[in-house]
Amino acid sequence: MRHVISVLVENEAGVLSRVAGLFAARGFNIESLTVAPVGDEGTSRITLVSIGDKEIIEQIIKQLNKLIPVIHVVDLTEGAHVERELMLVKVAAEREVRAEVLRIADIFRSRVLDATPNSFMIEVTGDSNKLDACLELLKPLGVIELVRTGQVALSRGNRGMIKNQ
Amino acid sequence: MELTGAQIVVRTLLDLKVRHVFGYPGGSVLHIYDAMFKHPELNHILCRHEQGAVHAADGYARVSGEVGVALVTSGPGATNAVTGLATANMDSIPLVCISGQVPVDLIGNDAFQEADTVGITRSCTKHNFLVRRVTDLARVLREAFHIARTGRPGPVVVDLPKDVTAALCDYEDCGSEVRIRSYNPTVIGNARQVKKAVSMILEAQRPMIYTGGGVILSNAAAELTRMTRLIGAPITNTLMGLGGFPASDPLFVGMLGMHGTYEANMAVSNCDLLLAIGARFDDRVTGKISQFAPNAKIIHVDIDPTSISKNVKVHLPIVGDVKNVLGQMIALLEVPGARDQQPDLKPWWRQIDVWREKLCLRYHQGKDWIEPQFVIEKLRDLTQANAIVSTDVGQHQMWAAQFYPFDRPRRWLTSGGLGTMGYGLPAAMGASVALPGETVILITGDGSFQMNSQELATCCQFRLPVKIAILNNSYLGMVRQWQQIFYEGRYSQSHMATGAPDFVKLAEAYGAVGLRATRPDEVEPTIRQALATDQTVVMDFRVAEESNVYPMVPAGKALNEMILL
Ligand SMILES: Cc1cc2nc3c(=O)[nH]c(=O)nc-3n(C[C@H](O)[C@H](O)[C@H](O)COP(=O)(O)OP(=O)(O)OC[C@H]3O[C@@H](n4cnc5c(N)ncnc54)[C@H](O)[C@@H]3O)c2cc1C
Ligand SMILES: Cc1ncc(C[n+]2csc(CCOP(=O)(O)OP(=O)(O)O)c2C)c(N)n1
Repeated sequence: MRHVISVLVENEAGVLSRVAGLFAARGFNIESLTVAPVGDEGTSRITLVSIGDKEIIEQIIKQLNKLIPVIHVVDLTEGAHVERELMLVKVAAEREVRAEVLRIADIFRSRVLDATPNSFMIEVTGDSNKLDACLELLKPLGVIELVRTGQVALSRGNRGMIKNQ
Repeated sequence: MELTGAQIVVRTLLDLKVRHVFGYPGGSVLHIYDAMFKHPELNHILCRHEQGAVHAADGYARVSGEVGVALVTSGPGATNAVTGLATANMDSIPLVCISGQVPVDLIGNDAFQEADTVGITRSCTKHNFLVRRVTDLARVLREAFHIARTGRPGPVVVDLPKDVTAALCDYEDCGSEVRIRSYNPTVIGNARQVKKAVSMILEAQRPMIYTGGGVILSNAAAELTRMTRLIGAPITNTLMGLGGFPASDPLFVGMLGMHGTYEANMAVSNCDLLLAIGARFDDRVTGKISQFAPNAKIIHVDIDPTSISKNVKVHLPIVGDVKNVLGQMIALLEVPGARDQQPDLKPWWRQIDVWREKLCLRYHQGKDWIEPQFVIEKLRDLTQANAIVSTDVGQHQMWAAQFYPFDRPRRWLTSGGLGTMGYGLPAAMGASVALPGETVILITGDGSFQMNSQELATCCQFRLPVKIAILNNSYLGMVRQWQQIFYEGRYSQSHMATGAPDFVKLAEAYGAVGLRATRPDEVEPTIRQALATDQTVVMDFRVAEESNVYPMVPAGKALNEMILL
C-alpha cells in the first residue's frame, strides 16, 4: 500500500540526512520526499511517500518518531487528505503541434511559463495521477525534460497536525 | 563567569557529577586536556586505544548505572571510537563521547585529521551533535547526557571543533534539567493495557516470563523479582537480562535462545502466555520466528515502540519504563483476592521439571585436561558467585552465561547485540573504576583477548586489579565450532596456535602477574593465587581445544529443535 507520511521536524542541520539515512539503513522504500521550512517556530515539514505493508509502515512511523529532532509524524493516508504535486515540463512544439500542446495544457489547467518558437514550458499541479495523465499526452509530442516536486499533502478538516496548532 | 569552550566542557562535566573520563588525547582536544589538567577532581583514565576508552566508559555505565564518558580526538580518534559506540548502541548503554573536530572554518576541506564524525556515527549512536558555536556548548552537553540516559538509553556523540573549545563565552550552572520539545519518551504504562495484561496473566495455565536488558537498564530487578514471585511463573532471561532475576531462585529456568537451557526454550515453545519485559525478540533468542512461542498470547513491555512487533507480532503492547509498569502490575496483583482465581500452575511446573531433568548443561571433567566449563565453575565457587564478570565474544562468553549465576543486576558485562571481540578487557577496567572494592573478572578467549590486550597497560598504570581468565583453546573457538558442525570440520583460518604470544610473559611485560594452568588440579590454586593479590592478573588456562557449547539451536531452527550434548 502507498502511504503519505507527514513529518514535522526541527529545522536544524542534518535532519534530512537522519531521515534519509534511516530509510537507507533499514531498507525502507521512499517514492518521494519533499522538505521545506514552515512557519516561524524553527520547524520544517517533510512529506514522504512510501510503499509497504501495514507492519512496515508501522515500523517506519515508529522509527521516524524515534529520531530526536522529529516532533510529530502522521500517516495522512489514514484519513481524508489532499495531495498536490507540481511538475514543470518542457515540450518540443513546432507549427501545428503548438496548438495541441496548448490544448492539453488547457485541459489540465496548467500554465505556460516560457515559450520559444519551437518549445513550451508548462506548469501542472495536481495529484500524481493527474500529472501522470498529462505527461502521457505530452510524451508523444516530444518532452525535452521535466521535473516534479514530489507530493505534499495535508489532512482535510479544521484540525492541524498537532492539536494546539 | 567567562570561560573558554574547553573550560565549559570541564565545568559542565563536573556540574553533571561526572567523576571519571576515559580518553586519549590528540591535536583537536588539546584545549580540553589543558583545561582538565587544572581539575584533578575529574579523573581521567588514559586508555591505550580509543576503542578501549569507549568500551571502558561502557563498562563503567553498565556497572554504575550512570552515563559513561569518553573523550577522543578528531579523525582517527573518532573512527577508532566507532566500534565502541556501535557496541553501546546495540546494547542500549548510556554514553557521552566527546570527539574533537577540526576548526569550523576547515570542516569539509579534507583538513588534517578531519573525519565526518557526525556522518559516520549517525547510524551507530542514539543521537549526535556538531557544536558550531560556543554559546550552544553548555546546552548541547546537557542535552547529550539527558538523551543518553533517558528513554531507551544509548550513546551520544558531541563533536567539538577545536576553535569552539578556544572561544570565550559566559557560563552558569543551569542544573541538569533539560527540555527538548521533540523528545518525550513514554514512561508510564497505559492503565487499561496494564490491567488487561494482569488479567491475561492470571488466566494463563502455562505462563512464562521472558525478560531482557531493559530490566537492568531500568533498575527494575527488585520489582521483577517481586512480580514474578507473586505470579509464580517460570522466568528466563536473555543474555543481556542476566541478573535481572536471581539465578538461584527456583523460578529461574536459565537463559533462553541459541545457547539457552533446554527447559527455558521448551517452556517458551509450550507456554500459553508469554510476558516479555524489556527484551527485543532478537533472532538469537527467537530462532525460527514462525515457530516462536506458537501457542502463546504475547504481552510486551518496552520503552521503545520500535521494539514492539518488530520481529514477532504481539497481542498486547505496553509502552513504558519497566520499573513503572511493573510497579503498576504489582499494585494490581496485590489487591486482596486478585489472584484467587489464578489457575493451579503445578502441572506446568511438573512439565518444566521433566525438561530440567535432561541436565542440559552437563559436561565431564576428567583428570587429564581442563574443560572450559570447569574453570568457570571454579571461578564461581571461589568468588562466591559474587564477582563482576566481563566477557569477550565466543564460546567462553556462552559458557560464562551458562555457568556463572548472577543474583544481582549490573554484575555482568557482555557485548550481546554487536558481539564485539575485544570488548571484555576495557569493559572490565570501566567496572573496576566504578567499583574499586569489588572483584572484577574477565572471562575471555585467546582470540578476543588479543584484540585489545594493549589495555593491560591501562590496568597497570591505574592499578585496576582485573583478574583475567583466558580460556585458551588455541582456536577461534566459536568459529571452529560452526565449522565443525556446519562445514564438515574444515577449520578455515580458525586455528590460532602459531604466533600466539606466551600470555604469562605478555602479562609480565606489562608489569602484571602471569599465571598458567594446564592440568585440572592446577585450576583452583591458580585462581586462588590470582584472587589473593591486588594486582592485575592474567591466567592462561590451557583448556580442551575442541569443546563445544551445548545445548545449541542451529541458526534458522525453532527453539524446540535444540541439539543437546
Ligand atoms: C555469540 C553470541 C551468542 C548469543 N546467544 C544468545 C543466546 O543464546 N540467548 C540470548 O538471549 N542472547 C544471545 N546473544 C545476545 C543477542 O545477540 C542479543 O544481544 C540479546 O538477546 C538481546 O537481549 P535483549 O532482548 O534483552 O535486548 P537488549 O539489547 O538488552 O535491549 C533491551 C530492550 O529493552 C528496552 N528497554 C531499555 N530500557 C528500558 C526501560 N527503561 N524500560 C523498558 N524497556 C526498556 C529496549 O528498548 C530494548 O527493546 C548472543 C550474542 C552473541 C554475541
Ligand atoms: C571484532 C570481531 N571480529 C570477528 C568476530 C567473529 N567471531 C565471533 S566469535 C569468534 C571467535 C572468538 O574466539 P576466542 O576469543 O578465542 O573465543 P572462544 O570462542 O575460543 O572462546 C569470532 C572470530 C567477532 N565477534 N568480533
